[in-house]
Order: sequence, then C-alpha cells, then structure tokens
Amino acid sequence: MSGLGNITKKEIRELLTPATFVPIILVALIFATMGNSIQGIQEQSTAPPTIGVITEDNSTLGIAASTLLHTSAKTVYNSTSASDLKTGIEAVTEHNGVAVIVIPKNFTERIIKGQQGTLQIYWIMKGAGLLDTISSSAVESLIAYINTNISKELITQNSSVNASFVLSPTKRIETTYFKDREFVGISPNTISGMLSSQSLLIPIVMMMIIIMAGSIVITSMALEKENKTLETLLTLPVKRTSIVSGKIIAAAFIGLILAVIYMVGMQFYFSGFQMTGGVNLASYGLALTSGDFIWIGVSLFLALIAGLSLCMLLGTFAKNYKSAQTLTFPITMLAMIPMFITMFADYETLPIAVKIFTFAIPFSHPMMAPRALLFHDYTLVIGGIVYIAVFALVTISIVVWVFKTDRLLTGTTKFKWLKPLIRRRH
Amino acid sequence: MPAVEVKNLVKKYGSQDAVKGISFSINEGEIFGLIGPNGAGKTTTLRVLSTLLSINGGSVSILGHDLSKHAGEIRKLISYLPEDAGAYKNLSGRAYLQFIANFFDSKEVQGMVKKGIEITNLGTRIDDRVDTYSKGMMRRLLVGRALMTNPKLAILDEPTSGLDVINAQEIRKLVKTTAQSGTTVLLSSHNMLEVEYLCDRIALISDGKIVEEGKPKTLMEKYKARNIEEVFIRTVHE
Repeated sequence: MSGLGNITKKEIRELLTPATFVPIILVALIFATMGNSIQGIQEQSTAPPTIGVITEDNSTLGIAASTLLHTSAKTVYNSTSASDLKTGIEAVTEHNGVAVIVIPKNFTERIIKGQQGTLQIYWIMKGAGLLDTISSSAVESLIAYINTNISKELITQNSSVNASFVLSPTKRIETTYFKDREFVGISPNTISGMLSSQSLLIPIVMMMIIIMAGSIVITSMALEKENKTLETLLTLPVKRTSIVSGKIIAAAFIGLILAVIYMVGMQFYFSGFQMTGGVNLASYGLALTSGDFIWIGVSLFLALIAGLSLCMLLGTFAKNYKSAQTLTFPITMLAMIPMFITMFADYETLPIAVKIFTFAIPFSHPMMAPRALLFHDYTLVIGGIVYIAVFALVTISIVVWVFKTDRLLTGTTKFKWLKPLIRRRH
Repeated sequence: MPAVEVKNLVKKYGSQDAVKGISFSINEGEIFGLIGPNGAGKTTTLRVLSTLLSINGGSVSILGHDLSKHAGEIRKLISYLPEDAGAYKNLSGRAYLQFIANFFDSKEVQGMVKKGIEITNLGTRIDDRVDTYSKGMMRRLLVGRALMTNPKLAILDEPTSGLDVINAQEIRKLVKTTAQSGTTVLLSSHNMLEVEYLCDRIALISDGKIVEEGKPKTLMEKYKARNIEEVFIRTVHE
C-alpha cells in the first residue's frame, strides 16, 4: 500500500467513530422532526380557518362580505343577530375555531356614505406562540380580501371616490379572548408579538449560561483527568459533595459573568430592532410583579444548578479535553430545544408528547415562566420549580455517588451505549 | 500496631482480577517497597490504600482505621503521590502548595507551605506558573506537596519516575529523612538500586500475588543474589 493510501486508511479508521457520527445523526433527526412539524403547521395554515359569522347587515356589501367569509372559511356558526355572540363564541371554541366575525347592521350604509364600515372580530386565541397565530393570520387575510373586494366594487360604481377611503373601506374593532381574559382592541398577532419580544431575553440568557457554564464544568472534569490532578484531589481530606458543589458553584459564577457580558452585546443588538408604537401589555393587566420576578429568579437559578449537575455527571465520563467537547453536545441541544419551542409555540397548545418532553427538560421552565406568570399560571411555574429542584438533587446525588465509586477513575460504566462516545481517540 | 495491615486484598476491574488476595503489613516509620513488573498490581494496591479504589475482598487497615468504613479519616492521615501526577497548570508552584495546604488544619497552613517550598527547592521558580516547569521541577513540586502535610503514611508511586540522577538522588534523600522523622512510607519502584537503598522491607508482586517478602539483605542472601535486581528476576521470571 502506498504511503498516501496507508495514511488515508488510518485517518478514516480514526474518524469513523460513533463520537463523530452520533451528534450529527442526532442533529439531523431533530431537524427532520422539526421539518415535519413545520410541514404539518404549513398544511394547517393552508386549510380554511374555522370561524363563526354573524351577519346583521342584509344589504349588498354586508351580504357580499358574509358570502366571501362563508366560501373562503369553514363556518361552524351562522347567525343574523349580535345578541347571539356568546353562543357563537362557544360554538367556535368547541370546534377549535379562530374567531367570530360580526357584520353590523350599518356596515353597507356607512360605506355608501363614505365612512369606513366596521367589522367586529372576536378572536379566540389558543396560544401565544408564533405558530399559534397562523390561523388568525389566515382570518386577517380574509378580512383584507373583503376589503379589496369592496374597494373594487366602489371603484367600479364610482370612479371619483376618495382614494384613501376607497383603499380602506373597512375597519376592524377587535376583541381577543385568551386564557379566560378579554383584550379589547387588540389582535392575537399583536399579543403574540409583544409577548414574544418581552420573553425572548430569558430563553437566550438561559441557553447561553447553560452552554457556557456547562462547557466549563465538563471541561474542568476532563482537564482534572487529562492533567492527572484528579487522583490527588480525591485523596485529600475534602468531602466529595464539596468537590462537586465547588465545581458547580464556580461554573455557575463564571457562567453568569459570561452571560452578563453576552447580554450587554445582545441588548445593543435588540435595541436596533425595537418596535415603536407597540401596545403596552401592562394596560391589559399583563405585567410581571416583583413577586413574579422572584419566581423567575428561583426557576432560573435552580435550572442552572440542575443543568450544571447534569454537566458534572457527563463530565465524570469525560477522559480528556476531546471527549469533553463531544459531551457538551447533548447539553447544547437540551438548551436549544426548549428555546425554540418556547419561541414558536405555547406550552398549552403543544401535543401531549411534546409537552411531556418539554417539561422534562429542566431548562424549559425558566423559559416558560414569564409567559405563564403573566397569565397567573402558578401551577406550571411552581410545578416546574419543584421538578427542577428534584432533578438537581437527584443528579447531584448521582454525581456524588459516582465520585465515591471507582468509575470516576477507572472509567467503567454499565451503560454500554455510552462507551463509544467516551472512548474518543485517546 | 502496624501502620498498614492488608489481609487477602482482592481488587477486580470488571471480570479481570488485578490483585488476587495479597497480604502484608508495614510497621510505623518503616519504608516498605512494593516491587513488580508492569501490570503486576502495584499501582492498583497503592490506589486502594490511598482510598481511591474500593476493594472486592479482604480487609485493609490504615493507622487503625478500616479502609472500607473510614476513608474520610484515613485521608486526613495519608498523602498519595501518583506515578504520573500533575498540578494545576494555571497556578504558580507556591499557589498550588497553598491550595493543597488549605485542605488541612488552618493553623498549620503556612508552616506546610514553607516546608513544601523547602522540599521542592525550586528557588524563585516557585512563583512561576506550573506549566513552565520541566519534568524534574514538576516532580519535585509534587513530592513537596506530598510530604509537606506531615502525613502519617506517605504512599509514593514511582517517586523518582522520569527524573535525572541528581534530582532522583535528592528525592531519595528526602524520602529517607521523612521516614526518619516518623512517617511511614509505602513506595513502588522499578529502580532496584533505589529500592535497595531506601526500603527497610520489600514485597515482590507478580500477577496480582505477593511472591516474596522480606528485608532486601535477607532476600539477597536467600536467593544468593548480588542485588535486588537478581532477586527480582529469580522470583518473578523464573
């Protein structure tokens, strides 16, 4: 065999390890799953939205608008009296619909007089995630379509009408029902957008702290082994719990400093994209109290401790710096998955399997906490805090147990599937 | 009461037997050498006695404490120098000694650091970062670390491993002085001259079993050997 062939063969054999392929295969699987979910949502968005229509105006434009709604959407409730609104909302809610649209009596009359005709929209908002608002966007498109059709009709009938009026012959009066609350004059898209922009910071902070501090802990354990300092440390008169806790506390401290530095930069980045004229959610009672911030702080702190204890556990398997790099991958993924989930979807509207998966990841809880607290969902927040506290305690206990066994030094593990990942090209 | 008493010690790594029921005892203030070929079970035995590894059979008593029950107490009394030990590279030699001393009685910390610095004999280099040290300097730092804490039992795995003649001789003298001051020393070595010079008694270990034990002079007489190396070859390889 030639020198080139010999070296190539040796290199391929070294690179063809599970440690190289497992992370990439996992990433591919995650993206494939996300792709499938997005495809499902896209299919859902192309389907006609489910609505209820109350047509009080039986004149030309009112009937035209009503017909348009009936033909372009799946109408599950139909009435001619606004007094049936409550029944309509119940019927649409029952059918998992999006909104009840009321075309009032004077709709045609106002437009003919050159005044904007009013469409009353009663939104039934299910979740505050970006993906949850796809159905309401479909209804908004329908309203825009009605607007365009009326514009065309007006231009056809009278070419000398006021241009600004004819381009916008209708206006909306909106009311959104979300989590047993009524938001007058605001649409689901606006609520979702404001909530997302307000709660974007915590998922990013959480993700950055976990990735940075987690990597510190895993690398620290790997370096203790690689630099041959661990054996000395373990024979010193110091409790195993002190070694584990010391490493976690130090990593948390450094992780927090790094996160603050990172967030200063991010703050400037976000300020460049800040929306002006946004709705003040506090005027709708959607504001966090100082008590809520304490809950978020507790959740964030416990999630950090839980995350770092998990990293510590992974770190005990790391034999050197290289294997530590591989072991940071699962932590990075665990931090990124809930970040994306909380950005795009509302926990309430997730399928049950995804809900359980999201709840099981400790980092999800501080990311979900602000939104849950805005709507006084203390069960989710406190339940999450209890869960991550138990998770952290159990994980720290396991780490301390590992520190008391031979496994830390001998690298023996009962988990055969983990062995190829640990044995990375020493 | 012996400082170390090992009875039928068994240590397994999975299904592999590393130590197969060895027994020996070490008297207080004695320098005891564990000698054997690579993979004989020397380091495993030292790691067990240093509280790093659990045992699968037998019993170990160190300075009156049962190893399986009172590992925490034993750690206060011993000092272990692994064969390929390292130090924290981002610390200076002095900071490393200070870090180790801080685990012990706060009243003795400064005294320990002072003693450690004297043992290392690194001069002004003690304030340089450890990652700038040569192999010999690193070993001296680690020996200083191991002996500065005034341990009742010093467990030294190949204390002069990788050192040049002069550095090795300095460390041998140090070990001898330490034992004279009352510390019991258990060491392993491949260097038979070193063993002969240092050890009051030795045990020859092969394939996880002790094949011979006694004073170097007695063993040489028994095997009609000129030195321990010949005793080693006859007991282990013949």
